[in-house]
Amino acid sequence: MKRVNPVTRGILFLMGDEKRQRITIPILAVLISLIVSSIVLLVMGKNPFEAFASFLQGSGVIPKRAYGAKQNMFTDFLGLVDAWTPMLFASLAVAVAMRAGYFNIGVSGQMLLSGFIATVAVGYAETLPAAVAKPLVVLIGLVTGAVVAAFIGFLKTKWNINEVVSAIMLNYIIRYVVSFFVKTAINNPNTRQSWPVSEASRLTLQDVEIGGLKMDIPLGIILAVVAVILVQFMFSKMKLGFELRAIGGNPIASKYAGINVGRSTILVMALSGALAGLAGVTYYLGYYGSIQPDVLISTGFDAIAVCILGNSNPIGIIFSSLLISVIDKGSTYLQSSIGVRAEIASLITGLILLFSACGAFFAYLINRSRQREEDTKNLAAGRQAGGKEAQA
Amino acid sequence: MTYVNMIIIDGLSFAIPLFIMAIGGIYCERSGVTNLAVEGFQGMGAFTGALAATLVSGFFAADSQVPMVIAMLFAFLGGGLYAIVHAVLCVKFKANQVISGVVINILATALTTFLTSEISTVLTGQASNRFRLITSVRWTVPVLSDIPVLGAIFTNVYPFELIIIVVAVIAWYVLYKTPFGMHLRACGDNPHAVDAAGVEVGRVRFLAVMLSGALCGLGGICFAYSISVQFSSAIYMGYGYLAIAALIFGNWQILPTLGACLIFGFARSGGTALTQIMELPSAFTDIFMTLPYVVTLLLLVFFSKSNRAPRALGEIYDKGKR
Repeated sequence: MKRVNPVTRGILFLMGDEKRQRITIPILAVLISLIVSSIVLLVMGKNPFEAFASFLQGSGVIPKRAYGAKQNMFTDFLGLVDAWTPMLFASLAVAVAMRAGYFNIGVSGQMLLSGFIATVAVGYAETLPAAVAKPLVVLIGLVTGAVVAAFIGFLKTKWNINEVVSAIMLNYIIRYVVSFFVKTAINNPNTRQSWPVSEASRLTLQDVEIGGLKMDIPLGIILAVVAVILVQFMFSKMKLGFELRAIGGNPIASKYAGINVGRSTILVMALSGALAGLAGVTYYLGYYGSIQPDVLISTGFDAIAVCILGNSNPIGIIFSSLLISVIDKGSTYLQSSIGVRAEIASLITGLILLFSACGAFFAYLINRSRQREEDTKNLAAGRQAGGKEAQA
Repeated sequence: MTYVNMIIIDGLSFAIPLFIMAIGGIYCERSGVTNLAVEGFQGMGAFTGALAATLVSGFFAADSQVPMVIAMLFAFLGGGLYAIVHAVLCVKFKANQVISGVVINILATALTTFLTSEISTVLTGQASNRFRLITSVRWTVPVLSDIPVLGAIFTNVYPFELIIIVVAVIAWYVLYKTPFGMHLRACGDNPHAVDAAGVEVGRVRFLAVMLSGALCGLGGICFAYSISVQFSSAIYMGYGYLAIAALIFGNWQILPTLGACLIFGFARSGGTALTQIMELPSAFTDIFMTLPYVVTLLLLVFFSKSNRAPRALGEIYDKGKR
């Protein structure tokens, strides 16, 4: 009788059924990429565990050995949250569109334009009080992002232009136009970037001193958490969320079921764009504070893969975007603590994203070997039964 | 040198590498595999090419052009080998092709930036994040270059432009005149028919993606030589996405795509010339750089009916499906 390999069996048991695989497969993807990164680190003669610990230390998840003046683990952690907020928004933006079966590959462009318009409109208005400026920044980000993405949805509905293609075109149009204005109108010649935005408009409170600590308080995270809850609520409880998911599942069937697919397409893109706009203002007027010309930040592209890693599920995305932010944020400390280039962070991120893209294949492998295991069992059971019959 | 000459010379030296990248994109997309990975392919190709050139440069005279030829060869190989990742994900693993393309780009940027710093620091003995290349010679054809206006086509030509044109002609021939090319195009329109004819769809697509990576890699190393004479992470300027715009503009066909690339190239050099003539700040070139994208978008709006993507583009081939 053919026995099933116990290792395979163990893995199959751990991976669980299809429902559990939604969690176990991303974890598997992360584990594989950590193993591959460990090999890279070992080849470089570094201790991978030390490296991974440095990521956590640098991002304030576990304590460092020593801290500078007015700093501790909590201030580091706030720094992480500051960087995490735009990533969370961006991934959520991708997820909303993805659930309805669309790719919003234009998140980076939508972020840039929202950040730029908010910067120009509010960022330099020195007289505005913070209580007006901050909500205004958020509102401008929301609307700008929504308009740009709704335009992509409109092109899709009206002329059936592939949303990936039009989003890429818009990304670059936005990139060059914003670069032009950043270089000519609002250029700080010393940094070659735009002038930093005013304190009143900035969504991250800079260098606040509380209890002898100097910290940056990212206000955007509150909005981000609210957004996560709202999106989750919309998809699980609201009619709109159901319609969007239906379109994602089968647009033709949805059309016959009486859903206005065109309207919903524009709506879902607008929603996704609004979230991207929030990512933009929390990045350019929160985390970063100014705009670099000639750069389309990678956040919007990373967000696509982060979204896949989090199964396009708002709760899953909290974890996946946090993981990517920890790696990104911890890399600076990694460089100073064990002397590995900060670039390795993007390499590890890239590997995680690569293996998470293989998720469907992992699921296929698991289900195939489970099928084989069952077949072997059935075959064995059949033989035994057959043998008994023959004896009788 | 007159501005007209400058526009033609710079326009061509930009359009031709872009053209070979767009052909790479066409190979992949005509086989039915969405290719957003052009950017990553060209970066990885440029990296392997620049690495090869740096490694062999010690064996040649300081101004020898042999390393450049070797670089182009390795860029072709490097791009092709890296494209295996995309091929495996899209063809074997049946992953989503858009996602795979995005991941390929992210990984290429990360990998080449990391490896460049590591290797370059070891080779040069000091902290460095780039491979310096040798300035390419530029040829001027004696008699032809004296023709008024059009003579500029034969002036200050990069050797790689010639190589690319030869490769492009071969690529055109293979795609339109050979059985393999026919299978490839059929895979993009009706893979089931290809299967029924006894040709394995997966194998054709796999090869198409690899060829795509190779051609994009070739384009990447040429940009490294012509634009910055070095390899660094600055290679990821988004020209891969411009190549995608060009191939959509060219309706997924090689000759119209050449036209699109030339328009893009001349729009770029023309914009630069115009800013110089009008003595505008150099930032104005940014405005001209939006032209290719605006034009492509408008084209899609007005000609969306005649603009036809391969029918099975982006679809995962499933034998059992009808």
